[in-house]
Amino acid sequence: MIGVQPALDVPRPLPQGAAALSFAHVSKTFPDGTHALDNVSLTVHRGELVAIVGPSGCGKSTLLRLASRLTAPSAGDIACPEGHLGYVFQDPTLLPWRTVQHNVELLAELAGIDKRKRAALAQEAIALTGLKGFEKHRPRALSGGMRMRVSLARALTLRPQIFLFDEPFGSLDEITRERLNVELLALFDRERFAGLFVTHSVTEATFLASRVLVMSRRPGRIIAEIAVPFAYPRALELRFDAEFAAVAGEVSRRLREGMQ
Amino acid sequence: MSAPRGRSWAQLAAPFVVFVLVMGVWLFISYVALEPRRRFLMPPPQDVLLVGLLNPANLMGILAGLWSTTQVALVGLALAIGIGTLIAIAMIQARWIEWSIYPWAVVLQTIPILAIVPLIGFWFQFGFNSRVLVCVLIALFPIVTNTLFGLKSTDQSHHDLFTLQRASRWQRLVKLQLPGALPAILSGWRIAAGLSVIGAIVGDFFFRQGEPGIGRLIDDFRARLQSEQLFASVALSSLLGLIVFWGFGLLGQLLVGSWHESHRSTE
Repeated sequence: MIGVQPALDVPRPLPQGAAALSFAHVSKTFPDGTHALDNVSLTVHRGELVAIVGPSGCGKSTLLRLASRLTAPSAGDIACPEGHLGYVFQDPTLLPWRTVQHNVELLAELAGIDKRKRAALAQEAIALTGLKGFEKHRPRALSGGMRMRVSLARALTLRPQIFLFDEPFGSLDEITRERLNVELLALFDRERFAGLFVTHSVTEATFLASRVLVMSRRPGRIIAEIAVPFAYPRALELRFDAEFAAVAGEVSRRLREGMQ
Repeated sequence: MSAPRGRSWAQLAAPFVVFVLVMGVWLFISYVALEPRRRFLMPPPQDVLLVGLLNPANLMGILAGLWSTTQVALVGLALAIGIGTLIAIAMIQARWIEWSIYPWAVVLQTIPILAIVPLIGFWFQFGFNSRVLVCVLIALFPIVTNTLFGLKSTDQSHHDLFTLQRASRWQRLVKLQLPGALPAILSGWRIAAGLSVIGAIVGDFFFRQGEPGIGRLIDDFRARLQSEQLFASVALSSLLGLIVFWGFGLLGQLLVGSWHESHRSTE
């Protein structure tokens, strides 16, 4: 198991089922007057992967920026227990001059973890994301899918309590995206972190999540919450199941309602 | 980028053809266009080679001048790099620093350097220090602007990544902004290096105390109508510029060639 405790101020892991992130009546208006989010309340518990779907520009990314405190809310409260937060960006955001190994080590390095320990942390994350053998490659030499794996591995190194995923697989081709969905679920099944996954793909949201939140057009509000009843681990074939289609159809219907 | 074999042969041959043509025109001017008593205006290439470059005493004199100029250029370049990089780093630390310094950097660039050369001599004497100062003044601006541009072109998402991890200013500078800026910094160095050679030669003309630089030798050869040595000196100065340009290209390839497009192939 990945039980290595990173050296520094890493908090004790949250118990399963404890709230890892909660929004209470959060609104966000930008200085230019854009009303991005309106009265959003949600809670993500440890051991739960929550997906957010919504039309483009509905404030999904803003929601993640608020959760990670990159942006401050205009109104409402956000509670997120202190501790490392894993953020997986839309782009892999790798440093092109660093090798895979050193890219994965970056966060531990910034946290001041010593060289040997962070190399070990990175090695574990590299093994978990199927990057073994690519440690010495530079990002330029990797495919889009591999780069995204490096980005995932980097987020994994510090064992965050909660992962925020900002449409990480949006720019990948269909096959790669499916494969990474499966790999992400395997990771989730093993680590049982709390996850908030933003996407505009209904299939992806339904396949990954234990709950799907549907957002409206801007200003983004949560207009529906749909439970996804399938147990983890999930196989790719699930997506061709009639029950799956029913759930995804419901998500899709609510999404269309919200776009009106 | 690998070119097809045929094309790369043509690429190698083309400058050679130009060289042959230039030689032809040169010989034509020396022997046909100029009467013998005015031939000193354009001595034929073989005379330049024999008198200017293959005569050991003449060659050593020219090389000594070239070396003196090279030292001035390198010291000036090193100072300009140090000062320019620090200025650019200061500018990205706070908006108000950038706003208050940048216009002056532009003003520095627009001062015609020849106009203040007498002033420099007036203040700092007519030797090595003044020559170095000319190099610094002439090379500083491209270093500041290129470094600043590089430091400011960091992706916002990379900044977010560092912010999320509560990176310090120093970590952000050393692990993100400076390495990311390296390609731009290196192209600044390359431009500055070329300018620094020019500055050193200009300095030689005006600040004639101490060891004579190649600029002063060129001026003396002109005055004494030693045109073979004059031509040889000009050729070797060009070679110096070429080596500097080439050397910095190589440096760029070594430092960032493994990850950045601009320095991958031979330029």
